[in-house]
Amino acid sequence: MSRTEERENVLNTLHRRFGAGIIEFADRSPRRVYLEIKPESVCEVADYLFHTLEARFNTASATDTPAAVEILYHFTLERFGLVISLRVELDRGAPAVDSLACCFPAAEWIEREIHELFGVDFRGHPDLRRLLLPEQWPEGVHPLRRDYQEWDSEAVRTRGV
Amino acid sequence: MSKTIVPIGPYHPLQEEPEFFTLTVEGEEVVDIDVRLGYNHRGIEKLSESRSFDQTVFLVERICGICSTSHPYACVRAVEDLFPMDVPERARYIRTIIAEGERIHSHLLWLGLAGHFLGYNTVYMWVWKLREEILDCMEILTGNRNNYAMFKPGGVRRDVRAEDIPTVLRKIDSIVPTLEMIKAAVLDDPVLQARLKGVGILSRQAAVEYSAVGPTARASGIGKDVRKDCAYGVYDRIDWNVVTGRNGDVWDKLVVRVLELFESIKIIRQCLEGLPSGEIDARIADYPAGEGIGHIEAPRGETFHYIRSDGTNRPVRHKVRAPTYMNLPTFKETVKGANLADATIILAAIDPCYCCTERMAVRTPEGRKLMGGYDLVRLSREKTERLRKELGA
Repeated sequence: MSRTEERENVLNTLHRRFGAGIIEFADRSPRRVYLEIKPESVCEVADYLFHTLEARFNTASATDTPAAVEILYHFTLERFGLVISLRVELDRGAPAVDSLACCFPAAEWIEREIHELFGVDFRGHPDLRRLLLPEQWPEGVHPLRRDYQEWDSEAVRTRGV
Repeated sequence: MSKTIVPIGPYHPLQEEPEFFTLTVEGEEVVDIDVRLGYNHRGIEKLSESRSFDQTVFLVERICGICSTSHPYACVRAVEDLFPMDVPERARYIRTIIAEGERIHSHLLWLGLAGHFLGYNTVYMWVWKLREEILDCMEILTGNRNNYAMFKPGGVRRDVRAEDIPTVLRKIDSIVPTLEMIKAAVLDDPVLQARLKGVGILSRQAAVEYSAVGPTARASGIGKDVRKDCAYGVYDRIDWNVVTGRNGDVWDKLVVRVLELFESIKIIRQCLEGLPSGEIDARIADYPAGEGIGHIEAPRGETFHYIRSDGTNRPVRHKVRAPTYMNLPTFKETVKGANLADATIILAAIDPCYCCTERMAVRTPEGRKLMGGYDLVRLSREKTERLRKELGA
């Protein structure tokens, strides 16, 4: 079986297996596939990618859009030179999603980072402590959210923000 | 036995990247480790949103001083992923040359530091002297010893002059005999073998679970390399090999890096000899809306960038993930159970953009004893010295 056929097969299986959880399947190029899924199926799809297809977890990237807090989980399937990105859209008011750190430790740090920078609650994460922000940073202030306001008046003075 | 906390870090004038390690030790044995980051959090992802795509490349070039090309490379690939576009052939060759030159000087830097930590200052001096030759080559090709400012979306900024190619080839050829000598001296050294084999083992399984990247993963027998798997530049049309180890210990990480030096030299030589003529820039006029991913194999492993564009000339989101971000958490596997004297070299073995030091306080029931970062290096060197005596070398 050629590499392209095998790639087709893997993607078709993915589609069949998680059809109910998939909102949009975008095969954008030979090297990029974007999969929008329902937040509740993120764990099973990610677990299948990581443990069954043996994809490598690259990282996750969150974006605060006007409609939702969006998280993309990026995986690489080396044998096809393919990056599969799982997209979930979370409610901006109280963004929460199941943690992938329970499936594989590689997701632990990036979820801690998204937790503090975007205020996403990762349910079941073993250790949601801060990763990058300093101790004196106030709770509930998330610097990469669009509605972020500078909170430290002294910082404005000394840093000239 | 009572547990003692050994904090290492976070600041030291010699250390360009502050990190804070908390080692829990029982006697001499490390039983747990925690890493605290963020002391140098500069908010670059946020800053990038206020820069145009051209400026963004300059911005990310300043993330790391050692591998200053890996972030621009990943960044321009993410921007180019926004649209279907072809980068001119000559630009792809030049990009590959710069990326490999950087790998050589970065691996040499690591090798020197590793020698320094182990009490092999001769290795340190040899290797850093050799590194100067590579930096000279980079200066000839790009005008800079570091922060080359060569990359732009669609191509490269500066052409390689034909008259410089023989000089660079000669320089690169001239370091090979010395490199061979260092390779033989380091890899055949019985003390180094006794000191590093079986130390800080990262099992294949653990490397997969932590999604470790680069030499850290390859030393554990995972033959993954973005240059081969998701080929970019001209890596798919020249002859080179992915170097892998088997045991995942510090020794294998050392061997992988040393052997990768020779592969990089092979790549640079082929690129310089086969450099095609032609354009070096695709001259992008407008950036479409959309999203793009760019990932490349930096000296330390995969660097990953994600960019989203709304059709203006600046990104609305720019995510940067450096290789050390994936490799640092593997300390949980490698340092546990290790001897305190081995901690320095294990922490250094993933080549974090520098490791530990500064001050460390050993808290004992009797009181507080302060140790400098140099004490930790001394501890490491004393162990080497002990082994050297035992082996009669």
